[in-house]
Amino acid sequence: MRYLPHTPDEVEEMLQITGHTSLTDLFSTVPATYRLSEDLDLAPALTEWELDAYMEELSSNMAAAPSHKIFLGAGSYTHYIPSALKYLLSRSEFATAYTPYQPEISQGTLQGIYEFQTMITSLLGMDIATASHYDCGTALAEAMLIALRKNKQTTRVAVSALVHPHHREIIKTYLTPSNFEIVEIPSNQDGTTDLYALDAMGDVAAVAVQSPNFLGCIEDLAKVREAADAKNALMLVSFTEAMAYGLLKNPGSSGADIVCGEGQSFGIPQSFGGPGLGILTSTKKFMRDLPGRFVGRTKDADGKDGFVLTLSTREQHIRREKASSNICSNNGLNAMAAGMYLAFSGRQGLSKIAQINHDKAVFLKGILMTAGFTGAFETPFFNEFVLKAPRGFAATHRKLGLEKGIVAGLALECYYPEMEDHYLFCATEVFSRQDMENLAKEVGA
Amino acid sequence: MSPKIGTSGLIFNEPLLWEKSREGRCGISIPTRDVPEVTMDAALINEGPDLPQVNELDVVRHYTRLSQWNFGVDSGMYPLGSCTMKYNPKTNEVQAARPGFTGAHPMVSQELSQGAMELMYNLERELAEITGMDAVALQPAAGAHGELTGMLLIHAFHAKNGKQRSKIIIPDTAHGTNPASASLCGYKSINIKSNENGILTPEAVAAVMDEDTAGIMITNPNTLGLFEENVKEIADIVHARGGLVYGDGANLNAIMGIVKLGKIGIDVVHFNMHKTFATPHGGGGPGSGPIAVVKKLEPFLPSPRIKKSDKGFSWVFDCPDTIGRMVTFHGHFGVMVKAYSYLRSMGPDGLKNASSYAVLNANYIKEKLRDTLELAYDRPCMHECVFSDKKQQAHHVSTLDMAKRLMDYGFHPPTVYFPLVVPGAIMIEPTETESKETIDEFIAAFKAIAREAEENPDLVRSAPYTPKVKRLDEVSAARKPCLRG
Amino acid sequence: MKEINELNFPENLKYTEGHEWIKRDGETFTVGISDYAQDQLGEVVFVEMPETGETFARSDEFGTVESVKAVSEIYMPISGEVVEINQGLEDAPELVNTSCYKEGWIIKIKPEDPAEYETLMDRSAYLDTLKG
Repeated sequence: MRYLPHTPDEVEEMLQITGHTSLTDLFSTVPATYRLSEDLDLAPALTEWELDAYMEELSSNMAAAPSHKIFLGAGSYTHYIPSALKYLLSRSEFATAYTPYQPEISQGTLQGIYEFQTMITSLLGMDIATASHYDCGTALAEAMLIALRKNKQTTRVAVSALVHPHHREIIKTYLTPSNFEIVEIPSNQDGTTDLYALDAMGDVAAVAVQSPNFLGCIEDLAKVREAADAKNALMLVSFTEAMAYGLLKNPGSSGADIVCGEGQSFGIPQSFGGPGLGILTSTKKFMRDLPGRFVGRTKDADGKDGFVLTLSTREQHIRREKASSNICSNNGLNAMAAGMYLAFSGRQGLSKIAQINHDKAVFLKGILMTAGFTGAFETPFFNEFVLKAPRGFAATHRKLGLEKGIVAGLALECYYPEMEDHYLFCATEVFSRQDMENLAKEVGA
Repeated sequence: MSPKIGTSGLIFNEPLLWEKSREGRCGISIPTRDVPEVTMDAALINEGPDLPQVNELDVVRHYTRLSQWNFGVDSGMYPLGSCTMKYNPKTNEVQAARPGFTGAHPMVSQELSQGAMELMYNLERELAEITGMDAVALQPAAGAHGELTGMLLIHAFHAKNGKQRSKIIIPDTAHGTNPASASLCGYKSINIKSNENGILTPEAVAAVMDEDTAGIMITNPNTLGLFEENVKEIADIVHARGGLVYGDGANLNAIMGIVKLGKIGIDVVHFNMHKTFATPHGGGGPGSGPIAVVKKLEPFLPSPRIKKSDKGFSWVFDCPDTIGRMVTFHGHFGVMVKAYSYLRSMGPDGLKNASSYAVLNANYIKEKLRDTLELAYDRPCMHECVFSDKKQQAHHVSTLDMAKRLMDYGFHPPTVYFPLVVPGAIMIEPTETESKETIDEFIAAFKAIAREAEENPDLVRSAPYTPKVKRLDEVSAARKPCLRG
Repeated sequence: MKEINELNFPENLKYTEGHEWIKRDGETFTVGISDYAQDQLGEVVFVEMPETGETFARSDEFGTVESVKAVSEIYMPISGEVVEINQGLEDAPELVNTSCYKEGWIIKIKPEDPAEYETLMDRSAYLDTLKG
């Protein structure tokens, strides 16, 4: 097998040195009763060429972009990824490197992550960013735990009903063992969070809102700050579409304490939902509370600039049971990818691409409404919006997927029972006018 | 003596990205706008994101130069104990990059996602077979995340059985993520010591196991590279008092096809795909940390689960006892493709050979270096062996110094100062993908450094010299953190 | 790290098993960590201190001292209220290394029961624990 270099002669020679009679003899410290007498019941090894054929078969049995037009967002977005980015990310010095615990031979990773930390905090208007988290949902769950640790007077956190349903499930899972309570802030008729409902909700350690929210609507973050202040609570803002902040005012400007998000839109393929990029940022105040790695700038013994992992004493390998989180591996290579995307697009490119996203979505909404859909909310949106479908659309939706290679939005009923016949659409820069007109034609038919 | 592998070479200084920024530059192809431009309410939009402006070639040079400052598995050997830095096969990257996978949205209906679901289902079966377990969940995003998931399962199990417990038994050799994960579930860690042979004894466990203890977290082989020979008896003690046994699967590379953890008392085990199954470390992730469980824990697994019927693959959402979700979607599917490709490429014989050669390589190094470095436990090891800097203390040369000097010789240092039970620990895990010549070079390098420690200790104490930077001031970095530019 | 005989332990202080020192100046009690503790820890990068006004019982954890690679909890030698914390340590945590008994003091306590002070170890008793 090409990954196993040992020849029989070498094995023989090495066993002489170790003092064993055979490879089996190497496992003498394993009690005989534990040892397997039969082989693993797995399919026999495939050659590289057979693997190619098999994976080609599996991957073809998928409705995927770009062959399929999938007008979905809901936490996973189709954006163009520059070829130069894919090429750079494939450099094995990045991909096959270990965590940069030995900084002298990891300066590439370290500077790349430092640059990511810098650019993402600039983009979001925050002070500190970690080197990444798993995804937005897990980052948000950890942010809840931070709020509850800082404010020991209460065991409750308030989360908007318009935070991604799967993120709310993660928070619930994470908070179960500690008997912390999650109170849900209901939504308004206009597709935003009903912050007034908070008044009657008692003490909470955090107020968490997603913007743009799951329905695509942009929340009034200034009002969220006021609501959080009234409760003496932390203001947590999350987002699933990072591209939005190429256009929208950043959440830091509204005074958010912790902002977490999904960075998959920046140079990372969707890959059936993972791996993505958990972005976790905060104001300076929470520097020692954030879980995960930090890259810091410093000097070497000769006075040259360099980078190291720092503030490690918060982490599990030092703090152990007193660590605020157990996170070890994060999504480092994806943070590099996001850094590269922001480097390639930059101030000029990101704002233009974000604007095009918005333009496409507005156009799509318009032609779908002409084709028989009705509007749901007047609230401004970025690249996702909700429409009410004509009667019987579910059957059309399924048919379009199976026969025409089009996924026409996400049915919302299973997430919000009152939103029967409502669908969440997304349009990004990858959809041509023709693609969108085809969709409108198909649904109107 | 053959020349050192590590040598100097032309690498480049490269400033921070924004120092290459010039007003008006852009490095990306802007898509055509074929629809009208819409101006949003000025109150909602920004004045242009605060990002650098760099052209494509400058970005390519920037990251190319940065990459040249890095050491990767493709550059040289990483003998990092408990990290299993084996070769990352390139065909796995090709499989994960197939458009049918990369362009797949996780919320598209199951009838349009059959290829990915089949892969995940098959991967679950492979992982269950390797560990002798009954059910698998692929959601956890990394090893530590799998540990948290496992602890949440244990927590849910006890809650369902009517009595929550407050403690977890943790050996002194445990990885830091173990007690950290236990704390996240509200469990207090009860630390127990390994014996003079570096393994746990049933007596030590029996002494602390009671009806208020949720269970024990065991790594097998443990972080000393030793097989926990008493694991079955220990599991019986824990089970007898209603507890559960969590297996940290970080060291699975030693026992594939040799032992099935599910058959020796483990109730839940996590995998590190980026260790055992050769997915790349990426400089800090993304990894993937699926878990496998015995039947009694299956109802609590994260949901949705995948079911196979003659109609194909479907999601099962109706899991009344599920702990819920650990990640937004299905887990790190992109990493799963690589791990699955690896498993299908190796086959059952390949995996068993991998474990055998991994153990052979580690024992070989142990024998060859036992006169050079102080061997922590003079016993047969599994896939890794642990030394300390005791022999070099007389010259005031530490584990850290020798680790740094190894870089000049062209090797990434081994794991150092872990496990905590061995002061000045040097944990060496060669993995099976390193050839005998590479390992001999590694051994020669360490012997040379030990000689330098005697004859010229200052040389070792100020190493490294060849990488782009010398030792870095970590004290100032922690005192006055500068986390952004 | 230094040998015991290279370290400094002033006579006029009391010590705890956790390597804290406590000094009595009339009604003021000052607390810090001993020369042994700072030497073991290495270069101190951060000291986590309580808020003034907080009260703790004897042996309660009231803060931590961090180096790059380790964290040490610090415990109250006697019960009492924290009346002052050493703000200087925020900008210069290294004072704990360079002057652990003077500029590197950590908190000042108003004791609940001054008699507790008398039960602590003196220099020679503390030295015995270090050598033993």
